[in-house]
Amino acid sequence: MIALDINGKRQNVDVPGETPLLWTLRDELGLTGSKFGCGMALCGACTVHVDGQPVRSCITPISSVTNKKVVTIEAVGADPVGKALQVAWTDVGVPQCGYCQAGQIMSAAALLKRTPKPTDAQIDEAMGGNICRCGTYTRIRTAIKQAATKGGAA
Amino acid sequence: MSAPADRLVLTNVSRRQFLGTSLGAFVLAAGLSSTAEAADEPKKYGRDGMPNGWVDNPLVFVAIGEDGIVSIVCHRSEMGQGVRTGMPMIVADELEADWARVRVVQATGDEKRFGNQDTDGSRSTRHFFTPMRRCGAAARQMLEAAAAARWKVPVGEVQARNGEVVHASSGRRLGYGALAKAAAGMPLPAADQIKLKDPSQFRYIGTGKLTLLDGPDIASGKAQYGMDTRLPGMVYAVVARPQVWGGKVVSVDDSAALKVPGVLRVVRIDPTPGAPQFNPLGGVAVIARNTWAAIQGRNALKIVWDDGPNASYDSDAYRKTLEDAARKPGPVVRNDGDFAAAYAAAAKKVTAEYYCPHLAHASMEAPAASARITGGKCEVWGCFQSPQAARDLVAKRLDMSPDNVTVYVTLLGGGFGRKSKPDYGIEAAILSKAMDGKAVKVVWTRDDDLHNDYFHTVSVEHLEAGVDAQGKPVAWLHRSVAPTIVSTFDAAAKQEADWELGMGVINVPFSIPNVRIENPEATAHTRIGWFRSVSNIPHAFAVQSFVAELAAAAGRDPKDYLLEVIGPARVVSPQMLGDKWNHGESPERYPVDTGRLRGVAELAAKQGGWGRAMAKGSGLGIAAHYSFVSYVAAVVEVTVDSKGQLTIPRIDIAVDCGATVNPDRVRAQMEGACVMGVAAATLGEITFKNGRAQQDNFHAYEVTRMAEAPRVINVHIVPGDYAKPMGGVGEPGVPPVLPALCNAIFAATGKRIRQLPIRDQLKA
Repeated sequence: MIALDINGKRQNVDVPGETPLLWTLRDELGLTGSKFGCGMALCGACTVHVDGQPVRSCITPISSVTNKKVVTIEAVGADPVGKALQVAWTDVGVPQCGYCQAGQIMSAAALLKRTPKPTDAQIDEAMGGNICRCGTYTRIRTAIKQAATKGGAA
Repeated sequence: MSAPADRLVLTNVSRRQFLGTSLGAFVLAAGLSSTAEAADEPKKYGRDGMPNGWVDNPLVFVAIGEDGIVSIVCHRSEMGQGVRTGMPMIVADELEADWARVRVVQATGDEKRFGNQDTDGSRSTRHFFTPMRRCGAAARQMLEAAAAARWKVPVGEVQARNGEVVHASSGRRLGYGALAKAAAGMPLPAADQIKLKDPSQFRYIGTGKLTLLDGPDIASGKAQYGMDTRLPGMVYAVVARPQVWGGKVVSVDDSAALKVPGVLRVVRIDPTPGAPQFNPLGGVAVIARNTWAAIQGRNALKIVWDDGPNASYDSDAYRKTLEDAARKPGPVVRNDGDFAAAYAAAAKKVTAEYYCPHLAHASMEAPAASARITGGKCEVWGCFQSPQAARDLVAKRLDMSPDNVTVYVTLLGGGFGRKSKPDYGIEAAILSKAMDGKAVKVVWTRDDDLHNDYFHTVSVEHLEAGVDAQGKPVAWLHRSVAPTIVSTFDAAAKQEADWELGMGVINVPFSIPNVRIENPEATAHTRIGWFRSVSNIPHAFAVQSFVAELAAAAGRDPKDYLLEVIGPARVVSPQMLGDKWNHGESPERYPVDTGRLRGVAELAAKQGGWGRAMAKGSGLGIAAHYSFVSYVAAVVEVTVDSKGQLTIPRIDIAVDCGATVNPDRVRAQMEGACVMGVAAATLGEITFKNGRAQQDNFHAYEVTRMAEAPRVINVHIVPGDYAKPMGGVGEPGVPPVLPALCNAIFAATGKRIRQLPIRDQLKA
């Protein structure tokens, strides 16, 4: 058994330590909000926070996060920055198919926590690992800026 | 649940059927066995020409609970186009429902009940706008009739308004919840008694006031895709499939795979003989307690393959084959005037050849489906564009009646045409059967998706024009050579079908007197399938690039020249252009209107600031294309720096798709089309060696990321009239983007791109 701290809750899982966090979340714990897109940290759909840092869960073995706090899309809204982003995502109408958006929001949340008022270049850099095949990038940028403005006021 | 057509049944509908919604535990649902109401109408074009046509029965699409919650069925698949918001909006508007109390219920695959569900061809809104309006209006009239009967007043004195029926003179009002049961007992209004709203009274349609229905679930990770299905006792499968189309397993050693912790079983899936169709490729499945264990198990399989007849498929060699064919006369598919004579007499001759490679759909969600079999019935969950096809094919494969197969449609994490083919759903059903009916989820990994796609065709487009002394084209030859999608169904097919030629190669409505279109043969060596915008992509790339090349040869402004080649505003019959297909629509109802094509080109040019001064290394390009009975033009601004680095500061894209239901989603589709067009033009390419696709993930099959995407996309929607036919939206945006981009690169650098993708062609 391996003990994990997922969204503030202690979870025990009975899978090998090299099992990626993504598949542990999705198949063993039923947290399907984090998405499988590539399995090689190339697309960002699986992004979660580990001790506040954005991490691609598809290549992160659970043995490496046993003493760390994992936050997924399911709980990011408990945080004011995460909440502001979720509201902005809806207001701006960012999603098309929506599949990549959990990862986009997790990357954006990590960005706004370290850089509350990001420049375009900082947004490009922080979001460069997240692919959206529907092409919602202009709205993602708009929503991040909206959340940065409103999130700061909240 | 079915009952005679004249009798209503109230049913308890279990929550499971309302996948992806948050309905309460109990709803009043009106069940009624139904058949397409259009049986007495000629079934030729549009929705009437589609399998199982259309249904506008409110008892099929609307259920009102006693709590006033209005459940509206969406029978089309949501893949990012916004149909789960758009279809219910249409019903809710005519129904005078309060959107805050509307819930959307996704239909299972059942076309006899719901009408055609094959969500492709940019058809949902143009085919179902009127049936969904009729559906909502009929339900509204039944609620009004119920209220009038309750109050014993003439029905003309009552009016439905935002979730309640009001009797103005007495001030009485009743909510829809209180009226639901009585309304369900009212007769359905006769077809000629249905009173549609005047469009000026629309509350939701065309207003852009509603946010995306699934938006909050998507933003909080609750939205359910094909990858996300979870069922009690579920096990997980990945499949080792032949990497070459037509390949087979010779032998398999699964001893190491079975030792991987969590692996439960290894199961052979037999290939299906004949053309690909929508059948599984066959191979070896590893079933495990979770997806990761299944992937590890698959890695441990030792399989000997027979690669079969396509083992030598090589995309470089194939390109030469296509080029050879394109440089020789081929079967003529359109012939106006006398090309040869006019060409011979022309003052100047221009020739160019364009290459577009195979593309993979690469939706962010790779294919995924789940199945279980209990009591002789099979249930399938998946991201299907065509759930009826999934149902029929699962039934066939399991030798069951389709009545015993239920297909639940999840959200689709992108579709782009890939998910029209439900091979993965059949795999799930086969594996569930092999596991004695246990719930099995089949997950495609990214390499599965890229290696075993139904690939976008590869093409060589060869154009020749003779121009007169003023530089105007008088003779036009276009030879299009590409393996056809028909080969997926008929292995012997070697020519583009009418509906591929009708995607912008023969139905080009230019004002040129001598036109010759040829379509030499090409043999497919892999699975070819629909990719968003389909053959319009290579055709528009070639035609719109070539027009710009002619403009350059004549020393003319590309926008003015394009308008001149389109010619004066006129209505052209598709048949006159040799187009027998016309996107499945009636040629009388949907003629080609060059005025609208000119209109979008002029609008994009005006809004895009055509003619403005550009810095060195920057340029504007324009292209206009008609597809899916809509008209779209794009003006792209590019900058190419001294090292050849391309950036796209801005695109202005103008669309005339007729009237719109949800203008914000039309904008979103155009924005997405710009990015997908840029991705295909700059990066997208699947190559083959030894029969195998050479790209296995996003490092090799690159798609556009945020920094390389157009920084600003301005969408300009031409206002439409609800009395006139609507056009498509999902696909028509892509085709003009690629040539407009390459025309902009020419304006900026003088370099003409004739081969896609651009990749490092601009590097110094």
